[in-house]
Amino acid sequence: MPVLETERLTRRYGELTAVDSLTFSVEAGEVFGLLGPNGAGKTTTIKMLTTLLPPTSGIARVAGFDVVHQAGSVRHVIGYVPQMISADGTLTGYENLYIFARLYDIPRSEREKRVRDALEFMGLMDAAEKLVREYSGGMIRRLEIAQSMLHRPHVLFLDEPTVGLDPGARRMVWDHIDQLRRNYGTTILLTTHIMEEADSLCNRVAIMHLGKVAAAGTPLELKAAVGGNGTSLDDVFIHFTGNELETGGSYRETSRARRTARRLG
Amino acid sequence: MKLQGQGVPLAGLDKPAIMPRTDPFSAVLGFLDKTWVIAELEVRKIRHDPTELLMRAVQPALWLLIFGQVFSKIRAIPTGNMSYIDFMAPGILAQSVLFGAIFYGIAIIWERDLGVVHKFMVSPTPRPALVLGKALSAGLRGLVQAVIIYILALLLGVKMNWNLSALAGVILIVLLGAAFFSTFSLIIACLVKTRERFMGIGQVLTMPLFFASNAIYPIALMPGWLKVISAINPLTYEVDALRSLMLSGGTSAMGLGLDFGVLILATALLVYIGARLYPRVVI
Repeated sequence: MPVLETERLTRRYGELTAVDSLTFSVEAGEVFGLLGPNGAGKTTTIKMLTTLLPPTSGIARVAGFDVVHQAGSVRHVIGYVPQMISADGTLTGYENLYIFARLYDIPRSEREKRVRDALEFMGLMDAAEKLVREYSGGMIRRLEIAQSMLHRPHVLFLDEPTVGLDPGARRMVWDHIDQLRRNYGTTILLTTHIMEEADSLCNRVAIMHLGKVAAAGTPLELKAAVGGNGTSLDDVFIHFTGNELETGGSYRETSRARRTARRLG
Repeated sequence: MKLQGQGVPLAGLDKPAIMPRTDPFSAVLGFLDKTWVIAELEVRKIRHDPTELLMRAVQPALWLLIFGQVFSKIRAIPTGNMSYIDFMAPGILAQSVLFGAIFYGIAIIWERDLGVVHKFMVSPTPRPALVLGKALSAGLRGLVQAVIIYILALLLGVKMNWNLSALAGVILIVLLGAAFFSTFSLIIACLVKTRERFMGIGQVLTMPLFFASNAIYPIALMPGWLKVISAINPLTYEVDALRSLMLSGGTSAMGLGLDFGVLILATALLVYIGARLYPRVVI
């Protein structure tokens, strides 16, 4: 039984259809990648699955709960790391996690241990008492992932988890995401437009284009479908999203992504 | 609400996700606890970096020292048998709480741009607890302002009321005033959504709110139309209550019951509206 499924999920903003009748499902324990150019509808999809944005039509269920009618229950079983920086720079790493341990109803007797375990797991123990604004970009991302794991979510949503990170920091975040899946069996849905990321982390990917799934399958299947030997996921991406001029990505999105990149860098 | 019962595999998670207890008593307790968590976050921030809050003391200090001293001397504003500096001290306390709280929405927009709001919205925290927690945070900042203004007032020889129940009343009024105006600000932020538009509206609102109140002159001096506006301005009730509680021999023109009633009802209404609008800020 899938732990996450959508049926004809649609979101319109006025005239624009950001997500167009999207149907897909993710099995428990999978790492599923939503790929696609800016404006393909990836973030809008994540926002609907995480109860931030009501769908215009269609259904989405997370761990069996409907995202509209059982939003409260969905919130208890998911973790979310937004694309932008969501850790609070004016608090310490420890405090960032502690606050959320309380918001997620983690019993008093377990809070301290869960927070310490999460920091340990993400390799942030030494920086626990430092203010987050003194962290590097990679450390901030790892802290955010630690926070999103505190309540042992069934599904973890990572919206462009390595945007703005240098290759070293990026690799470290990948290692941690991989370990997370291995240790806890967490189902992970991530968006990215770094094909190397999708290739190394994801069991299955869906390539989104203009709000629709243009192609879905394992990275291997997709490469085989597009070309023979030596086809990269980059080729697959371009094949399905067209090599016409970039159409997506509003000014607001672009400036937001750049701001995140600058702050992380 | 057991997940296993729904046939969803736990997929090797070492522990199932935690679902809250749903009886009414636990719900209320949980609500209050979460409201406090949001406010506690603010306390921790202030503790890490109190400079910004201390800088906010400069403006009320200038009002009391310069405006207050000058107008005391020329006796331009009739304040009965009360000295002008006594009359205006509670007004300046209300003003500094107002100015601190009215730009709270900027912080909301800033947090939205960063992604902080998204994370709180995705958590199972009830929306009213998020809004009320923010309001309480603004209130706690307001209390720091109050301490500073008490010190300034003392230095300027304002005759203060040190009665414990009066002090408790001042604390409550400051909390309510800050909660009201910060939630008002949050609502504006949810409607306009960008910093630029918010700054414009904030500037336009602040001064009229301040001048259409009894903060630095009695209502009796106002023309009729301004009296009407001041009567629907919650700041007027905040100042009136502070004037009666903060000063030795202070009296309330409107009655403390009405002052508290207006502030409590107005704040409750705004928190309700704010909780409905807050999720829209991330859309």
